[in-house]
Amino acid sequence: MSDTNEIDIETPEGPLALPLDAWHLARGARMVPFAGYQMPIQYEGIMAEHLWTRESAGLFDVSHMGQLILSGEGLDVAIEALVPGDIAALAEGKQRYSLLLAEDGGILDDLMITRAPMGLYVVVNGAVKWDDIAHLREHLPDEITISHMEDRALLALQGPKAVDALKRIVPGVDRLFFMEAGSFFWGLEPLWISRSGYTGEDGFEISIPAEHVAAFADLLCAQPEVKPIGLGARDSLRLEAGLPLYGHDLDPETDPVEGDLSFAISKRRRTEGGFTGSARILSALADGPVRKRVGLRVEGKMPVREGALLFSGADEIGRVTSGGFAPTVNAPIAMGFVASAYSTPGTALEAEVRGKRVAVTVTALPFVSHHYHRKGAGL
Amino acid sequence: MTRYFTDEHEWIDVDGTSATVGITDYAQSQLGDIVFVETPEAGRVLSKGGDAAVVESVKAASDVYAPVSGTVTEGNPALVDDPALVNSDPEGEGWFFKLTLADPSELDGLMDAAAYEGFVATL
Repeated sequence: MSDTNEIDIETPEGPLALPLDAWHLARGARMVPFAGYQMPIQYEGIMAEHLWTRESAGLFDVSHMGQLILSGEGLDVAIEALVPGDIAALAEGKQRYSLLLAEDGGILDDLMITRAPMGLYVVVNGAVKWDDIAHLREHLPDEITISHMEDRALLALQGPKAVDALKRIVPGVDRLFFMEAGSFFWGLEPLWISRSGYTGEDGFEISIPAEHVAAFADLLCAQPEVKPIGLGARDSLRLEAGLPLYGHDLDPETDPVEGDLSFAISKRRRTEGGFTGSARILSALADGPVRKRVGLRVEGKMPVREGALLFSGADEIGRVTSGGFAPTVNAPIAMGFVASAYSTPGTALEAEVRGKRVAVTVTALPFVSHHYHRKGAGL
Repeated sequence: MTRYFTDEHEWIDVDGTSATVGITDYAQSQLGDIVFVETPEAGRVLSKGGDAAVVESVKAASDVYAPVSGTVTEGNPALVDDPALVNSDPEGEGWFFKLTLADPSELDGLMDAAAYEGFVATL
């Protein structure tokens, strides 16, 4: 047998070990190369891990992601030249999803930007972090310092019971709302914690010094709500939540409007422009995109995966960019790009898998509703 | 009836010129949760080493190659509704397809249970 759906990115030197490498192995993880690192794809099984996260709390090691601190005079103006978000309006402790944009408006990466006491705390995707850093160094003025915090690990604790488990260890984290962040202490160790994630569930992302991450992960997993969860379930959870995966659903050929990420283009920036690619992006906003990212429900049980072509009758009108079996939906689901004329929810299309046509229906995202702890939304 | 194994982690039960093919317990454990199996239709002629079936886990699709040449007599209908049979009983109820052997001498190079166990131990 052989996998026909490789997702691995291997560096020429071979994958590197992350701070929790031995911890994952001791917990029975199956390790795979991903984004240049050895990462746990699963522990007990993707299905069980996925469902556990939706009903309780899952601990994910996302230390492959890049954690940057940007600081210096004129920081907001400088970063706003490269992303479409209203960064100037970001108060301390507030976090925003944004996009690093190429000159032509294509997406170089999607990232999280948070106003921290020392500057802007930015989390970027592991697979492109070195390109991102190079891009920032090239385009930000000399007054802006970029520090890449390679001595810190990053954990995500996700699920409806994440707050119960984490507040027992780090009192006060329950005061954060969705897309807020702050400094906390675990004993004498400083933690930077945000209430955000990549599963559609309530949860947290925890930045911690690498030398303490194993002890912290042990303590989290000693909580009855928490189990370690691999990359496999991380992918199926984010797919159900309708969240795009950079390098698959988003890439330098895709602009934010096509990517159904117009919400990341802040109101002030729409009128003022002034970010890389704003000409293409603002005209796509005004005129509508040529193609659009959509969700697809799949008839039957056969998964429709990345690369499958989409048809309306004989016409090829798009392509699947992510797809697989969705444990919570209990059916195959997919995400892909279709010509805008076919992007209305309810549109019946066909996907081609191994030479056969499968019926799919365009559907609104997400597939599983989000359960974020939003301010003003009550409990 | 004799059971053979391949280094592609398939098993073959042979009774005269009839054979039943499935994937091994080791294979299912590596694949994880099976969510879909595409078995070949009756009448399809398979050649040794060619595509025969597809097994899909949550994560990925994997090809299953024909361990020997022959003509398919039946795909396992139970896998249509319950692909997880491949996880729960890979070397029994979770069989993939049956075929009539074209050339029984193709079995000569395959492993027996002890040899396969030794092979898996090296992985």
